[in-house]
Formats: sequence, C-alpha cells, structure tokens
Amino acid sequence: MKEKLLSMGLAVTAMVLFAGHVLGADRLQEPDTVAIASLSELYEPVEFDHAMHTDLADCARCHHHATGTGPATPSCGRCHPGTGAAADVSCRGCHAPDPFSAPNLKKLEEPGLYHIDKPGLKAAYHLNCLSCHRETDAPTGCQDCHAMTEAGQRRFYTGPFRPGMAAMSGTGASQGEKHE
Amino acid sequence: MSRQRAKRISRRGFLRGGLAGTAAVTVLKSNHAQAGHDFTGYPDAMGVIVDLTRCIGCRSCEAACNHEQGLPAPEKPFTDFSVFDELDHGEKRRPDEAHYTVVNRYEAEGLDHPLFRKIQCFHCNEPTCLTSCFVNAYTKTPEGAVIYNPDVCVGCRTCMVACPFSIPAFKYSSAFHPRIMKCIFCHDTRLTKGRPPACVDACPQEALTFGKRVDMLKVAHQRIREHPDSYVDHVYGEDEAGGTSWLYLSPVPFDQVGLDPDIQKEPILNNVTGFLSFVPMVLSIWPLLFAGFHLLATRKEGKEMQHEENGAGEK
Repeated sequence: MKEKLLSMGLAVTAMVLFAGHVLGADRLQEPDTVAIASLSELYEPVEFDHAMHTDLADCARCHHHATGTGPATPSCGRCHPGTGAAADVSCRGCHAPDPFSAPNLKKLEEPGLYHIDKPGLKAAYHLNCLSCHRETDAPTGCQDCHAMTEAGQRRFYTGPFRPGMAAMSGTGASQGEKHE
Repeated sequence: MSRQRAKRISRRGFLRGGLAGTAAVTVLKSNHAQAGHDFTGYPDAMGVIVDLTRCIGCRSCEAACNHEQGLPAPEKPFTDFSVFDELDHGEKRRPDEAHYTVVNRYEAEGLDHPLFRKIQCFHCNEPTCLTSCFVNAYTKTPEGAVIYNPDVCVGCRTCMVACPFSIPAFKYSSAFHPRIMKCIFCHDTRLTKGRPPACVDACPQEALTFGKRVDMLKVAHQRIREHPDSYVDHVYGEDEAGGTSWLYLSPVPFDQVGLDPDIQKEPILNNVTGFLSFVPMVLSIWPLLFAGFHLLATRKEGKEMQHEENGAGEK
C-alpha cells in the first residue's frame, strides 16, 4: 500500500516537473495555445489558439503596452510611450482573477493610483475578445467558445435541467415549449 | 352687550393665538432642521456600477441570483433570450417574487446594436421603502444593503407604492405570511463577508463593477472622462432619490433604457418631513390648546351669566 502511494506520488511529481519544463520553455517565446479555465465551474476550459490570433492582430491589440510593441491607444501612450516589454506579459500578470476581493479593493485606496478601473481577468478576456469578435464577425455567442458543464446547465436551467424536464410531467414540458 | 363680549374675547384670543402660533412655528422649524438633515450615505457603503456599454445580455447575473438566493426555477432557461421580447401589459419584465433582478433589451436611437439593462433594488442611501414602513421591516446596513425582515412585516405593501423605482414585489402566493421579495445585495451570504454580490461575480464583462460607493463614483466619472464619446455625462444614482448604491452608466439618455430621468435629486423622505413633523404637534398640542381656548371662553360666559343671575337676584 505504502509502496503504491509512493510510486503514485513520484509519478505525479514527475508529471508536474515535466509540465513546468514545457511551460517554462514556451514562456521564452510565445505560447501556441493558452488554456483558459477561469470559469471552469460552469464552463469547460477554453483552448485559446494564440498562434492563430497572432496572425490576425498586432500584439498590442490585446497586450496593450506590455509586449513593448507600442501602445494600442493614445491614452496608454501618455505614460507608456515605449517602455519596452514588461517582465510579465500574461493577462494574469496585470488583471487579477479576483478583482473584487477585499485586498484588491483595498489597493484602490492607494493615493495617486491611476489604474483605479482595471478589469479583472475574466472581464479582460471578454472585453478584449468580444469587442474584436464583434468587429470581425467572429463567433460571439456564449457557448460558441464555452461548452457548459453539467453544473452550468443546472445553474442556467438548460439541457437536461430545462424547466419542466426535471419533473417530466407532460404539461410542464409542453408549457416550456409553448413559450418559445 | 353680546357684541362687546365677542369683541373682547376675540382680542384676547388673537393674542393667545399669536403666542401659540409663534411657539408652533418655533417647534416646527427646529423639527424641520432635525429631519431635513443631509445624510449622504454610510462612508463604507459598497456600490456597484452597471455599465450599459458593456452588458451583452447573457443573463448570467439572473442565473447567479436565482442560485444564490434560492429562488424558484424560472419558466424558461436563463439561456433563453426570447424573454427580451416579453411584454406584460405593454411593459418589459420587472423584478418579481421569483426574480430579484432581470435584464431587458432596449433599441436605442443612433446605435446599431441593442442595449441591455439589468435592474434590481438600487439600495438607496435614504430608502423610501424603509421610511414608509411603519413596523421598521427594512434596514439600511453600513455595508450599503437595504435588507428586509419578514418576521415583522404585516404585508401592507406601502413600500411597494413608496419605492421610486418600483422594485419591492409581494409574494402573493403566501398571503398569510406576508413577504416582500427584493434584492438584498447578497447581504447575509456575501456582502458582510467582504465579497461582491453573486450577479457581479457572474458577469463576464464586468458590466457590473463592485467596490466602495465613493470609489465607484470616482471610477464612473473616470470612465466618462476617458471615453466621452461612449457615455452620457451623467452617473444615474449619484444623486437620484438622494443617492443610490447602484450606479448606472449609459451611452444614451437614461429614459431610452427605461430609467426615469425625472426622479428627484434629494431623498423622497424630504417631501414629507415638513408635514410629518407637524403631525405630532397637531395630535398633542392642538387638543390641549383648543380645549384651553374653549374653557377660557366659556369661563367668562359662565361668570357673566352668574353675574347677571346675581344681579337679577339683587333686583
């Protein structure tokens, strides 16, 4: 039993190290794909095809001034005219996954802080992705990018959890259909 | 003789009346000064910006609210966008006993895309539901939420009439246990634990931005200043109804997205404080005052009657 646990532990450690190595190697250049799993409770992770998107837009379009390729908007250029690449260019490097947590809200009180309205990670993705997808007629529906998990379907009362489906009473189901 | 008496009494009455009047005015004035205080909200009250330029109408906030507050299953899935076409008596959807918040769609002039507007309780700084409630079922908490206690509610529904935003809904399905249903800012489960309400957490676009109300006002004005072409230069809720915890930013005038632009810029309570401070005085002082007048008036009459009787007796 002990041996089994030990070997499993070793295997997991090896996997983690290997993954770390691969990620570390990728970070030197740019990633081909980025797995976005911020919403993994209700939605399956999104496999973002970074390589494909670099053909479609300049780095600054999404990374603002961080990649050192120049600011995307004049307002960024006021303070970041050509400051070179930032140490961390990942979205998460600037955009907090929990923007409304008490410590993050406390930071807003810092006197002289300019970026008092920095979107959190989830909003940074959606604001960036959706605005461009709308302009370019790319997919904009929620489930065009995210497949819902079962928890998501339960939350939204959809799929097998559609109103009337759970009870499976004939009248309930037909009522649900009638409304559409 | 009788005319002379009437004249004498009216003069004295006038003097006394004048005195009483002066006293009343003094009382009234001091009361008014007390009631007409300007409460601009708890300093650490939280707030939310609803930015209509960002909302995409995904209804995630509705689903999150339903889950967080344990509300009944909806008639249609939250992924069903046909609800935006629903009209009830010619009006778009409103929060009701099964929905603390709803998102509606608006076709605005001069825009090539529709706008979506979430609505819920605005959590006023000086809530009219609270001030209109005679059993004190409502509380404005220091965190900014307007919460409701069903245990003391008698179901009079005055709050529903008083609310300038028509938010409180009555649970008609439980008439014997009166219950108002309205957004409580996730007070018990989240706000008091330093967490944003469920709808804010669920919003993919940060169309809902959460923070201290004072900070949210700064953020809202900064957004307008940085993007003057994207917004109407007004933060709806900064002053409306005396200020609300929920603040709205819109690219079109607010009446085009179903928000009443004519709501007064001071607490609704201020409309009635003058009158209400007059009520205790009328009920307590007037009976004594007029009873006194009556007694004084009839005392003289009685004395003179006695005098006349005595005189007649002497003759």
